[in-house]
Amino acid sequence: MLKAEKLFYSYDNGEKKIEAVLDNLNLNIKKGEFVAVLGHNGCGKSTLAKHFNGLLTPLGGNVYVSGINTKDEDKIWEIRRQVGMVFQNPDNQIVANVVEEDVAFAPENLGIPSAEIRQRVDEALKTVDMYHYRKHAPHLLSGGQKQRVAIAGAIAMRPECIVMDEPTAMLDPMGRAEVMETILKLKARENMTVVLITHYMDEAAQADRVIVMDDGHIVIDDVPRKVFSQVELLKSLGLDVPQVTELAYELNSSGIEIDYDVLTVTECADKIMDYVRSVKSGN
Amino acid sequence: MAIKIENLDYIYMPGSPFEKKALDNINLQIDDGEFVGLIGHTGSGKSTLVQHLNGLLKPHSGNVIINGYSTDTKGEELKRLRCDVGLVFQYPEHQLFEETVYKDIAFGPQNLGLSKEEIDVRVRDAARCVGLPEDVLDKSPFDLSGGQKRRVAIAGVISMRPNVLVLDEPTAGLDPAGREAILSQIKSIYDEGNMTVILVSHSMEDVARLVKRLIVMNEGKVFADGTVEEVFSRGAELRNIGLNVPQVNILFDELVSRGMDINSNVYTVEAAKRELLAYFEKVKEGKENA
Repeated sequence: MLKAEKLFYSYDNGEKKIEAVLDNLNLNIKKGEFVAVLGHNGCGKSTLAKHFNGLLTPLGGNVYVSGINTKDEDKIWEIRRQVGMVFQNPDNQIVANVVEEDVAFAPENLGIPSAEIRQRVDEALKTVDMYHYRKHAPHLLSGGQKQRVAIAGAIAMRPECIVMDEPTAMLDPMGRAEVMETILKLKARENMTVVLITHYMDEAAQADRVIVMDDGHIVIDDVPRKVFSQVELLKSLGLDVPQVTELAYELNSSGIEIDYDVLTVTECADKIMDYVRSVKSGN
Repeated sequence: MAIKIENLDYIYMPGSPFEKKALDNINLQIDDGEFVGLIGHTGSGKSTLVQHLNGLLKPHSGNVIINGYSTDTKGEELKRLRCDVGLVFQYPEHQLFEETVYKDIAFGPQNLGLSKEEIDVRVRDAARCVGLPEDVLDKSPFDLSGGQKRRVAIAGVISMRPNVLVLDEPTAGLDPAGREAILSQIKSIYDEGNMTVILVSHSMEDVARLVKRLIVMNEGKVFADGTVEEVFSRGAELRNIGLNVPQVNILFDELVSRGMDINSNVYTVEAAKRELLAYFEKVKEGKENA
């Protein structure tokens, strides 16, 4: 679905050439995959995201969306239709004064007949659970609600894939939970390909696959369980691990025989109870 | 006494269909030199409350008294209030505007009509306070990284030498390393001992490690007010009002419910490790003695 081959990119700020932001990066994301991208600020993850719908085109190498090269200017609108983007700040993405008009903005630009737009908008708003708010003014919604409207705007384009660049960074815990729930629903129901850039490890832990970037490279690419068990490497990259993973890792380093490939509270509690039982039975 | 809030009510858009009681009979006292965490989810009233502390909002009823005088005032007194209480808003880096970092930090003191020398001392001192190296002072604030921009914005408030420093979500949008850096900087500003610090956040994990006292807001009311231990002992209630209790706290609740005899009042990984290691030791001993 999304493919980067030997991707190279660098920003030229006019005066001095700065170093490669993306350096010989190779990546293949399959249809229906939910991929989380982690990395500290400045590691190149947002730059990568902007390559997936042709907002940026590679200075070296190629990026393909469903087999279409993003350098092909004639196909740029097809690429943008296939890959919806959602950004960090909900207030910067909302254009209309009424929720349903905002969601209709993109399909209107595609020149779709109005009856179909109506249907798409309703569907999209129901998917993100904002149908009741369709007549509301976006600026009176909460952050989580605004972000869900932005997601509805993206899915009204009927994309194959949604790329989200820190959609929860400005939200409170409730808003974050709403957005994550929406993402998981899109994946389960629509088999949507989702690329989620985030700083929150608990969100990444829910993905099918986690990519960790550093300095324009992919340094880890694996299932969440395998990624988060590399506690020391992640910390050296300026990233966190879920608290329960860190706890199990710390216990392990203190000589307690306990696996630390745990991601959830339940898993961690299971491991601790197993350990206590093994001590009691004298093994 | 630094801050005294008595029977404070505040209503947004009174008389309109959108009328909303944002603060409902708030009573609080915060003493000089306290380090307080103010927590609550969006819409709980915490930002409305802090905007009362320097008179940006005036109470609809009740009083807010800072260092002995009411915020419901005008002219010179209001000016003094704004100097006494420094407010760092969310995403303060959006408010940077000067050509150089130096000028941006100097903007506030300049408006106070201070001498050049005094301004220079204050700018350099504020920059040091937030951990900005000297060579950054001549750069444009817009060439800095997100974390550094935020430090510049905080320095701009500190250069006013407030008695009370209020920070509204200072770590929002930063990566884990940036969050850690800003929080430890705030801790060291507090440790210098000249200011009462109020840290507004919806992340319990962030504030729990720093502050001594936690005030939890919910639906315009003070929901809880006490030491970190006291507040966290109400873990289940906090989760009900939409706050994210640290994951280890949830883990310890789970372990207790599975029959482990441990103190569930734990909210950092370090404390959790200590508690568990001690428990494992006890289990081993118990077995040897049996």
